[in-house]
Amino acid sequence: MRVGVITFPGSLDDRDAQRAVRLAGAEPVALWHGSHDLEGVDALILPGGFSYGDYLRCGAIASLSPIMTEVVDAANRGMPVLGICNGFQMLAEAHLLEGGLIRNDHGSFICRDQVLRVENASTDWTAEFEAGEQITIPLKNGEGGFIADDETLDRLEGEGRVAFRYVDVNPNGSLRDIAGITNARGNVVGLMPHPEHAVEPGFGPDTAAAMRSGVDGLRFFTSVIQRTLAAA
Amino acid sequence: MPTIVVDVMPKPELLDPQGKAVAGALNRTGHSLVTGVRQGKRFEITVDGPVDEAVRAEIRTIAEEILSNSVIEDVVAIDFGDAELGADETAEA
Repeated sequence: MRVGVITFPGSLDDRDAQRAVRLAGAEPVALWHGSHDLEGVDALILPGGFSYGDYLRCGAIASLSPIMTEVVDAANRGMPVLGICNGFQMLAEAHLLEGGLIRNDHGSFICRDQVLRVENASTDWTAEFEAGEQITIPLKNGEGGFIADDETLDRLEGEGRVAFRYVDVNPNGSLRDIAGITNARGNVVGLMPHPEHAVEPGFGPDTAAAMRSGVDGLRFFTSVIQRTLAAA
Repeated sequence: MPTIVVDVMPKPELLDPQGKAVAGALNRTGHSLVTGVRQGKRFEITVDGPVDEAVRAEIRTIAEEILSNSVIEDVVAIDFGDAELGADETAEA
């Protein structure tokens, strides 16, 4: 099982995502935005960061990168694709996911350990969660407000395509507390919070058991491994 | 070299936190006449040769598909810089 992590100019969390893939038991493959080669990977991660300095719109210029042609083709063929934070913004700009991400309603960058409810536990990236389960992973963004028109929001809810919802605090003004969504097929998932920062004891969010012991993010990556091996 | 100006604004129904922050600062500095600010983007595009219909069509496509994201923004005006033909072209919503 090989999982590609694409580095764009301004990506920050590409190596964290590679580490998460490794800790979950798969082989991470570093891919480059300027290439047209996915190097035969089985799944793809678009990592967080500030590609192109958030110029034009967050994720907009990255969504026009050479490799995005192959990413869109692979996503449409059913390859699992996870967009984290800036990667979610790219998926929205590439029209692989609906809606858009705008500046946080309070106008400030926010960084916190965020509780989420897993609303859809049947996607390629959430299969190892229970529907309704609450998890805690870090959130850090300046432009994480998820918006779409009412008709789109109703459709996303009706089709069970809200993958994650913020619990206790809505950190950025996202409509209907939406933290992440999936496409209809369940292979393309995007979310603002960062599962790759909660994969190893000692380096994750605090839990009731111990400081920095939270590893709720690991199951994003074990989910895609299980799904891919089951399909093989 | 002709310059074409494209203006993009956040959709009117959406909260514009940047504009809101600017309005707040203006009020704090005594400009109490300001009741609201919305902040958008202006693109100045230079092209080679005459701005004929083909160029206009391509610029309209660029404005609607790349310079703006129709989920969150509107192209509110494209000025092709030819006053004699009627300067301001307001893009269809």
